[in-house]
Amino acid sequence: MSAETVAAIKASFPRVTDRPSLDHPAFNAPADDVPEILRALRDGHSFDFLADVTAIDWAQGANPRFTVVYHLFSTVTHEYLRVAADCPPGAEPEVPSVTALWPGANWHEREVYDMFGIRFSGHPDLRRILMWDGYPHFPLRKEFPLAGIEAPLADADVVSETGVSAKPAPMAGGPFVASSGEMNLTEAEPRAKDESWTERREKPGAD
Amino acid sequence: MPADFAYPDAASRAAPGEFETEKMSLSMGPSHPSTHGVLRVQMELDGEVVTKAQPVIGYLHRGDEKIAENMTYNQFVPYTDRLDYLAPLANNMAYAIAVERLAKLEVPARCQAIRVITAEMARISAHLMGLGAYGIDVGAWTVFMYTFNEREKLYRLFEELTGARFTTSYARIGGLARDVPEGWTGRVGAFCDQFLPILEEILSLLTRNKIFMDRTTGIGVISREDAIAYGLTGPNLRGSGVPLDLRKDRPYSGYEQYDFDVPVGTQGDCYDRYLVRGEEMRQSVRILRQAIAKFPEGPWHVVGARKIFAPPKEKILTSMEELIQNFMLVTEGPQMPAGEVYFEAENPKGALGFFVVSKGGGVPWRLKIRSPSFCNLSILPKLCVGAMISDVVSILGSLDFVMGECDR
Repeated sequence: MSAETVAAIKASFPRVTDRPSLDHPAFNAPADDVPEILRALRDGHSFDFLADVTAIDWAQGANPRFTVVYHLFSTVTHEYLRVAADCPPGAEPEVPSVTALWPGANWHEREVYDMFGIRFSGHPDLRRILMWDGYPHFPLRKEFPLAGIEAPLADADVVSETGVSAKPAPMAGGPFVASSGEMNLTEAEPRAKDESWTERREKPGAD
Repeated sequence: MPADFAYPDAASRAAPGEFETEKMSLSMGPSHPSTHGVLRVQMELDGEVVTKAQPVIGYLHRGDEKIAENMTYNQFVPYTDRLDYLAPLANNMAYAIAVERLAKLEVPARCQAIRVITAEMARISAHLMGLGAYGIDVGAWTVFMYTFNEREKLYRLFEELTGARFTTSYARIGGLARDVPEGWTGRVGAFCDQFLPILEEILSLLTRNKIFMDRTTGIGVISREDAIAYGLTGPNLRGSGVPLDLRKDRPYSGYEQYDFDVPVGTQGDCYDRYLVRGEEMRQSVRILRQAIAKFPEGPWHVVGARKIFAPPKEKILTSMEELIQNFMLVTEGPQMPAGEVYFEAENPKGALGFFVVSKGGGVPWRLKIRSPSFCNLSILPKLCVGAMISDVVSILGSLDFVMGECDR
């Protein structure tokens, strides 16, 4: 059933290509065609439930840098389908919004914008959702460190009164950080590289 | 009062525009008892009627997805406890199955049965909590006392099984943390036997309660079309009459062996969502009884997956080979092939999905958590318009969300 759907979509949208997948049928689509393809899937192939919208950052310098991934579910055949769209290269990645098809995409796209900085053209209300308005970074981009970056708090009044800001988390001694991919142990687990304080040496400033 | 007295009809004599009311803005939360955590709803009111409601979320955002990219697959299990912290066992299971799908790993029947039992117990405990809190929201204190009593019994069983009442961290990639203790399934069966009459008592406190019905019937109606368009899942979707349940439609962990019904609502209002949750607890008891009756013997974890599941503890301490294997597993993580996997499990709040992108090795490249509470809350701006303020409390309670999962 899903295989037929993918074949039908490939016939009507020639720029669609296969995408390797370990579970559900999947294909790559050009970002511009995504709303039309998803509309065809929703209206013509019973993939009427938008389960999830998310993105993958393939690291700085990678081409494509970002891929937006849609997971559709069919309430009739109970199958999933994965549609992936690479963001066109550029300083400000942008793909068309699908909020016109599913109002539920609104929050998903806001989250992707919040975490990756991918803009969705045609989105009615593209604001940050999990981080606060005015937060200067995109936390799920690969160059953003796990500990965080110092950033001003949301409320200018609070900042001027107290002088506090959002500080990076102290990482000395943990968490036990590891990295993805096939690499040797020392590279994959640069745990506790910040040795400014350890069990033997006291934390600076602590009495 | 003189017989010919009449209240002055000021409005009819007023110039147009003179008596128009001013809109008031009201912020409900982030620390308001009825918002069940740290949700803030920014509302615009015309008198007592809500004209606009904008949920503000993210107060509990901890960056779980970022954290997941920086640790091995097994190290992330405790973080899944803290998603929907009212049903950690169900989250553990959903996460473990998602990663197992990546490795194309099938766990043995006993492991599947234990996972089903724990997930259904988690469902009962989560619904008990949701029901008790909902009762308080709409002014029925007693229900909470009853449900918490039952929930406590479940938590004792969780503690006996996992060593923790709340943050269980029970699943492992390819199995579980440990086998069930001696006689534990019998005690779960005994819980089921005494629970059913009490459940009837609890539900009878609300189901035909005039006050409760007035507060919930016809309030917060979600149409079938809206429920699908907004991506609602779980009891909120089924309350609107859509018979979707991943345990039936895409059975995982051996759910196809069990006989149970999927309750659906007819109106899609708060009352229907309450009824669906009540019935789901009865169905969970049915599943529990079947799972206990044919509880399989055999291994409780995958056998032979040396790069994924740890060897037995006594062997680690006595045999060099197993010691090395355990060391590699702990430091480098369970070794996964490269690829992408998306798996959704039917959790108490709805479909909890994990999208795992692997480049090989023991650490995910990207882990997206599709949280049901996040999607269920996104319909709130539409649902609250036209409702009274007190209805908003009723609607929030009936959506039964958990902010730990919504904000991740």
